[in-house]
Amino acid sequence: MSALLDRAPYARFLGLESRQDGDILTVTMPFADRLIGNPMLPALHGGATAALLELTAGAQVALTWPRLRLPRPINVTVAYLRSGRPVDVHARARISKAGRRVAHVLAEAWQEDEAQPIASLTAHFLVAEHDL
Amino acid sequence: MSTSPLVSLLPQLASGAAHTHALGFEFDRLEGDRVRIRVPWREDLVGDPNTGVLAGGLVTALLDHVGGLAVWIALDRFEPIATLDLRVDYMRAAEPRRDLIAEARCYRLTRSIAFVRAWAFENEPDDPVAAAQATYVLSARGAREADKARAAETAR
Repeated sequence: MSALLDRAPYARFLGLESRQDGDILTVTMPFADRLIGNPMLPALHGGATAALLELTAGAQVALTWPRLRLPRPINVTVAYLRSGRPVDVHARARISKAGRRVAHVLAEAWQEDEAQPIASLTAHFLVAEHDL
Repeated sequence: MSTSPLVSLLPQLASGAAHTHALGFEFDRLEGDRVRIRVPWREDLVGDPNTGVLAGGLVTALLDHVGGLAVWIALDRFEPIATLDLRVDYMRAAEPRRDLIAEARCYRLTRSIAFVRAWAFENEPDDPVAAAQATYVLSARGAREADKARAAETAR
């Protein structure tokens, strides 16, 4: 379980659960009615999926840089690949470059099939303590 | 534009879905083609309990949502749209225990795609917490409406 997700009220609001396998986190956002953005389809709100990806990326950065109090995103880009159906969403991130000051992170979110992601994230995080 | 039926729908579009309602989003105002929504500060929307600053993911959700409103305003009608992508730059941490406002403007509408810029701030858009650039895909019906609007524009 990620300490960062555990103590972030917003992660609890989204109901996020995480498990750690080696040094990789997998985060799950269990389906809940309050995540629905489009009741007609119905579909998850893109903002909820984006928040899951962003929190997953932040938690993976926190795991990789344990001395950081809170990883600070510089920017995040989310591509919405498929509509989020009213079922659980899972997400996993990997650090694609660990620089001295900046980390580049990629993350994907999927539902039943990991090979069919519903959204992907590209982000930069500040990993130096006293920058920005 | 102020006489458009869409304008009376804005409060509903800002907070009517289960997720936006749960987050407490509120329609703030429409000025020309710039639309604003607000998220009142709440303890359970915070990213770091030590600082009381609203979570980054919430800012992203707010910007995604206000961008959609800007697209409907540009179309002057409600129809299904889907966010294609969204980039958010974080300029600074939000002020602790403060409401956030997001403003968006759709600056280009093509047959299939709407291009949007948006900002999140506590007081004024020129001192943003975050800035976003996003694209939204219009429905096929929306593409036809855009054609009609363009034809009407040319005829004037």
